[in-house]
Amino acid sequence: MPPVDDTPAEKPRRRPSRAPRTPMPERDASERARDFAEVSLGYSEEQAVAEANRCLQCKNPTCIEGCPVNIDIKSFIARIIDGEYAAGVAVLKQRNALPAACGRVCPQEEQCEASCVLARTKEPVAIGRLERWLGDFDLACDLEHRCVPEVGEPSGASVAVVGSGPSGLACAGELRRRGHAVTVFESLHAPGGVLTYGIPEFRLPKSIVQAEIEMLRVMGVEVVTDVVVGATYTLDELLAEEGFDAVFIGSGAGLPLFLGIPGENLNGVYSANEFLTRVNLMKAYEFPAYDTPVWRGRKVAVVGGGNVAMDAARTAKRLGAEEVFLVYRRSEEEMPARREEVHHAQQEGIEFKMLCSPLEILGHDGFVTGMLATRMELGEADASGRRAPMCVVGSEFVIDCDTVIVALGTKANPLIAKTAPDLALTRRGYIAANDHGATNKPGVFAGGDIVTGSATVILAMGAGKKAASAIDRWLAERRG
Amino acid sequence: MFPIIRQRQLSESVFEMDVEAPAVARKAKAGQFFMLRVDEHGERIPLTFSDWSPSDGWIRFIFMRVGKTTHQLSHLVVGDSLTDVVGPLGVPTHVEGVGRVAVVGGGVGAAVAYPVARAMAEAGSDVTVILGARNRELLILEDEFRALPLKELVVVTDDGSAGRRALVTEPLKELCEASALDHSMAIGPAIMMKFCAATAREFGVPITVSLNPIMVDGTGMCGACRVSVAGETKFGCVDGPDFDGHAVDFEELMSRQRVYSDLEREADADFSRECSCHR
Repeated sequence: MPPVDDTPAEKPRRRPSRAPRTPMPERDASERARDFAEVSLGYSEEQAVAEANRCLQCKNPTCIEGCPVNIDIKSFIARIIDGEYAAGVAVLKQRNALPAACGRVCPQEEQCEASCVLARTKEPVAIGRLERWLGDFDLACDLEHRCVPEVGEPSGASVAVVGSGPSGLACAGELRRRGHAVTVFESLHAPGGVLTYGIPEFRLPKSIVQAEIEMLRVMGVEVVTDVVVGATYTLDELLAEEGFDAVFIGSGAGLPLFLGIPGENLNGVYSANEFLTRVNLMKAYEFPAYDTPVWRGRKVAVVGGGNVAMDAARTAKRLGAEEVFLVYRRSEEEMPARREEVHHAQQEGIEFKMLCSPLEILGHDGFVTGMLATRMELGEADASGRRAPMCVVGSEFVIDCDTVIVALGTKANPLIAKTAPDLALTRRGYIAANDHGATNKPGVFAGGDIVTGSATVILAMGAGKKAASAIDRWLAERRG
Repeated sequence: MFPIIRQRQLSESVFEMDVEAPAVARKAKAGQFFMLRVDEHGERIPLTFSDWSPSDGWIRFIFMRVGKTTHQLSHLVVGDSLTDVVGPLGVPTHVEGVGRVAVVGGGVGAAVAYPVARAMAEAGSDVTVILGARNRELLILEDEFRALPLKELVVVTDDGSAGRRALVTEPLKELCEASALDHSMAIGPAIMMKFCAATAREFGVPITVSLNPIMVDGTGMCGACRVSVAGETKFGCVDGPDFDGHAVDFEELMSRQRVYSDLEREADADFSRECSCHR
């Protein structure tokens, strides 16, 4: 990777473009809702340059603080403006090993783009789309022309990374840059964590995920699949017998939560995790060419209001459902999903049943036949500032459906904790780690959803990177 | 890749397969299971094992040909490899200090019953094994059980073609009646475990059952394997596979096991057609 020169070159004063934000080219909703190909097509070079030219190149770029991994946004946009695309990729990869993935799935509107100076008066620069464009530019190059971050002098230390999702991969990349040997253990048969099993193909193509992971392999990160830490190896075995000097746990989201209402174990009730894993990881949408089946409902009710609920609803539609309902107990305004995902779901014909909460899943002969639900209204704001939903007495009604997908989040997976009794946990069973990712167990660090509970890809990556710095310091101290 | 190093057909539809998997063979314990995948297009299925060697690094899987994946497995020969073997998963069976115990192994359930009975006997318990099958042809591991230091081995078949002509519940009931049991365990088809539990319940004998729900990842992530135990939802993969047989909702388990049966038949029919073309 060429060294990045961050000193601004002497240049004639530029005048930023005052054009409106460049829209993202998308496939038509009626066409895309029938297949699994990507919805957003990405900018062309012209569009990327036009959008980059909207950037004010502020003296104090606040966007960078808005990014959980502090990408030098100003600088990579400057490289696009100058046509120095490979240099732009290098700027991105200094901070983010997975730009093509993050450009697609980060909630930029709450992060970098929310901090863009332009956002105060008009629409912010489309930083996420530009990141994606550079990430894709890199992946479109031949392998030997791609940007591979420089690897440090071998330190002699080796680190085990548990989980190949966003936090694990970010941690692994960062540790390699500092010269440590890194082995990533993945429990499934394919690496990527939620990027592979959770986020659907139409939002994040699996070829992109695998290509970005391939770049980490080129950097020397070893990725071993089919290893369940907590089952195949315990933490102590990794440290004492397998020769690792430190361990980072990024095992991710855990056991899916269910509603706790009658009928939940009927056939046709899925956790969003199961439904999405069958379709994304196991490719059930290509059954019987792939062996894993999935129940293709005609009328599907998805419970929840987050991004995972949107993914499940849109996936059900693509599997051929005639009607897909999104059942959420608050109103659209309170939905935690990204606006873009909500908008896409609505375009694709997902019917929103807001202020509505399931009471019972109805069935016949073991299979789902409907959902008894109640209308809700919003009461006073609670401690978190969100208005608490309350049942409207006597408003029960039945939603006609043959499939129910529950997307309510997850709770901690107990596998590692069970085999490491000396590892401190929080009251809710997550791994207790400080701001730098250090746990109470010497040499063991953790980050991402297994520490915080369900969060976003980029927050997990931020935690993985922070932990990598802490691991680096810990290894240095130990060497003395 | 996990190479197959030995293979044996135990009956017309039951097969035994030793797979080289040193990292996981070190850790296996009686009552656990592995997830495996035959090839890149394969599904992930949980499979039980009857034996393993930590020092030589192999695991012995026993399976019945029931659907496409097990059909495909049955066609593999020594030198072929499995794409994925993951585990060992699930909580090992509690084998210490169970006292006077009856272990019922029905059909392919005998594969799990074998290491469980062995571990219990090695831990000093008084173990009676009830080994059952529909007929002589489907009876497996009889010689292996005979070689264990058991109190007794009772062989039963539905048609009397081997051992006693009886259902496994009959000798279990006799042991209960004779107040000869502190504990019991049943491993086999859900319907058999249900009736074993009913038999033990009559006499107030505790019973552990080893459940075999559908799974996808096998590590707690998906919840496909949920079972109702004492009215609470549990995950077969991380909370089980062993549960209190008196608290399990067997009707729900059996219903959930059938959810994909139409699709599975379709996939297996396709595979069988393909196979006969190649022959």
